[in-house]
Amino acid sequence: MSDYPFPRLDVLEPVASDGSEGTLLEKLHGWLVTVDHKRLGILYILYSTFFLLVGGAEALFIRIQLAFPRNHFLSAQVYNRFFTMHGTTMVFLVGMPFLFGFANYIVPLQIGARDMAFPRLNAFSFWLTAFGGLLLYYSFLGGGGLYGVGNAPDVGWFAYAPLTARSFSPGHATDYWALALIVGGFGTLGTAINIIATIISMRCKGMTFMRMPLFTWLLLVVSMLTLVTITPLTAAQFMLLIDRYLGGHFFDTQAGGSSLIWIHFFWIFGHPEVYVLVLPAFAIANEIIPVFSRKAIFGYPAMVAASVCIMFVSLGVWAHHMFTVGLSSVSTAFFTLSTMLVGVPTGIKIFNWIATLWGGRIRFATPMLFCIGFLFQFLLAGLTGIMLSVSPWDWQLHNSYFVIAHFHYVLVGAVVFCIFAAIYFWYPKATGRLMNESLGKWHFWLFVIGFHITFDTMHFLGLLGMPRSIYTYQPDRGWNLLNLVVSMGGMVQGIAVLIFVFNFVTSLSWGETAGPDPWDAWTLEWTISSPPPIYNFDKLPEVHSRRPLWDLKHPEDPDWEHES
Amino acid sequence: MQAKIITFAVRFCATAATVLSPSSTLAQGPQKIPSTLAPASTSAKQIFDLSLFVISITGGIFLVVGGLLAIALFRFRARKSDSSVEPAQVYGSPQIELAWTVIPILIVVVLFLTTARIVFTIQDAPKPRSALDVTVIGHQFWWEFRYPKYGVVTANELHIPLSSKMAPRPTFLKLTSADVNHSFWIPQLGGKTDLIANHTNTMWLDANTPGVYLGQCAQFCGVQHAMMLLRVYVDTPDQFDAWIKNQQQPGRQEPSVTAGKRIFETQACINCHTVAGTAGTGHFGPDLTHLMSRATLASGAIDNTPQNLRQWLKSPDTFKRGALMPAMQLNDEQLDQLTAYLETLK
Repeated sequence: MSDYPFPRLDVLEPVASDGSEGTLLEKLHGWLVTVDHKRLGILYILYSTFFLLVGGAEALFIRIQLAFPRNHFLSAQVYNRFFTMHGTTMVFLVGMPFLFGFANYIVPLQIGARDMAFPRLNAFSFWLTAFGGLLLYYSFLGGGGLYGVGNAPDVGWFAYAPLTARSFSPGHATDYWALALIVGGFGTLGTAINIIATIISMRCKGMTFMRMPLFTWLLLVVSMLTLVTITPLTAAQFMLLIDRYLGGHFFDTQAGGSSLIWIHFFWIFGHPEVYVLVLPAFAIANEIIPVFSRKAIFGYPAMVAASVCIMFVSLGVWAHHMFTVGLSSVSTAFFTLSTMLVGVPTGIKIFNWIATLWGGRIRFATPMLFCIGFLFQFLLAGLTGIMLSVSPWDWQLHNSYFVIAHFHYVLVGAVVFCIFAAIYFWYPKATGRLMNESLGKWHFWLFVIGFHITFDTMHFLGLLGMPRSIYTYQPDRGWNLLNLVVSMGGMVQGIAVLIFVFNFVTSLSWGETAGPDPWDAWTLEWTISSPPPIYNFDKLPEVHSRRPLWDLKHPEDPDWEHES
Repeated sequence: MQAKIITFAVRFCATAATVLSPSSTLAQGPQKIPSTLAPASTSAKQIFDLSLFVISITGGIFLVVGGLLAIALFRFRARKSDSSVEPAQVYGSPQIELAWTVIPILIVVVLFLTTARIVFTIQDAPKPRSALDVTVIGHQFWWEFRYPKYGVVTANELHIPLSSKMAPRPTFLKLTSADVNHSFWIPQLGGKTDLIANHTNTMWLDANTPGVYLGQCAQFCGVQHAMMLLRVYVDTPDQFDAWIKNQQQPGRQEPSVTAGKRIFETQACINCHTVAGTAGTGHFGPDLTHLMSRATLASGAIDNTPQNLRQWLKSPDTFKRGALMPAMQLNDEQLDQLTAYLETLK
């Protein structure tokens, strides 16, 4: 074991009973019944990668339809199904499972634990999430129901009532949508509870809250936020089903119900949900940027405080999605202010990342390239967010392609970029092999170019008055060329993702062997072999600072002498 | 100065988009691009000016922060000549961090106060006595406009009078919906307002240049949301009075088209459509009393020509699959007669 530059924490040879032996059937059975956090983490990531391809394909179909005015590639109804499924898939079956997959895999390793606090709950949550996804996609087959009307849901991922009432959405498509989110929602809640319990109770000796890696810190914040946000969504879905089948009138405007109640419920979930997705992206950047700058994160306490602050502020901004529903001028002003205030803690984060880069020795490996893309795009997304918070301007921009551009800047430009960064970064830990670096660079450059062709252009479509959710447009509105450009950018991104998948699959067999610590990093997961043994740590570690491996590698200048 | 440059840049982009767009025409007539960058009303102009202010602040932030990021990436890139010693570790600096917390707070204060002023100016503007009242009702997938003071009901094409500083005549809209949510949006005339069933919203418009302004439904409302188009005619006072006067007449009764009128009155048409002065008093579809005074059919999906009208009566799916108008199963003779009748409803 001479290639290990530091005392290892998994001195025993891996034992035989970790499920890696046996026939193919036994191996698959092992994956099916596993309660190991690492295997569940990998299952989450494979599951969401699969749906990333499905949701991405839906996006490309949408873009082919919109490439030309009055195009007949998709019918109106099929288009409406595709954009509904694209949105629902990307948020619930890609974004959250990806991030919970990383949390599952990384958090116990980073805090020096042998598994999550509740391993069986962990498996249960994963399978609930998985069945939620299957239920949603089963609507393509079963959504027509006995009436034979429609199949997949076509009400938009926001599913504004009363369009979801049985009189406007007959058949079972909307039921599949609601049930899938209820089932998946319970899975999400289970995982969130598990992550909170794990982080609070399973930290190794010496790991105080203020010595936790920032990734773990942010996942704690995200999980608490998840508990608060998924609950109203689940409640609203139950109310919707009661309306549809048990004669409830919550959202039935013909019987005195209110569409606004749904809109409030949805965005009380929906806005914090954005932070549920983007805070783990920050978490990933918090790990990768310091390692590839070769410096400690700048202003650790401020980063923690800013994250907690974002969590609280994000709970008070939901009505900025509702500036056009007829709020009073006072509430409009209130939600303008609360939304603008989010800019302060996020600004602190961006400044701290730049300060971390400053004076460093930046290595432009693929994970870092994706993080740099994230920094640049998140800066722009934040600024367009400020523009949208200016409520009078939002009266113009709301539901236009400007909004589509803004939230894809957040969800693709920040979240998906960080997901790719995280995959390149932790792939060697999970598989023992590095992903191919030149394919990784091809992936990055094509993706970043495609991204900007697509989403930069969309802002202008919004300013020129193109609303969202339309399956076609009139040829005389001046949107033709811009739409064609957007669609071509989408294709470039599609090619980039195919390169990524190729790299992901082939590196499994032919990637360069990684060793325990390929990036010269500092947190506990890099102290054990790659892939880690089933029990993670033979000897539970003890830490004295935020960067235990820095202390081991630099005994002359350990972190604990500097941390406050 | 800054604002001027931005105005120029934004206008340049808009013009470039117009010129580059293959089907764009430089012809006069209706303003075809529903651009938020070419405001034609008081509120749209206020919003546009506010947006220039916000772009100048956010643009400034982008240049400073993006510039720092670029400098950091360039200056501190790893070089081959670097020694293997790690760079100096810096853990933070309370002074610097305080600075970049306080500065954004100050920017937020400025932005908020500027925004709030415009919110109150537009949203709480007093309604002058000269204002015109119109009730807008959203339907899947068309617009109903009612002028209660004049007893006029029309669809899809809203006529409003010109308003100027000398003779202000804003239009105050009351908006609601007959079914699902919709949103009223004419970008050149101001922001959008949602139409929500069992709930009434208000907004006002005061266009200051005559012409036709295009827009469309901005809240997904079902299968043909994309074809729920909207146009607003800003008329000079004389044009507007003439238009109102015509709309107040009952439907024309020309003896030459009695056969078509009879089809209209004996088929299911009258269940949904009104033609004042006939047996047709339905409310589910657009009022047809002055159908020929409108430039478009099917909520803007097609031009109002006899051929289009006949095909629409025969099979609405040709133009707008999913529209709630059924194919009327008329034979060719009946279609000709009905079309001829509807063509007289000037």
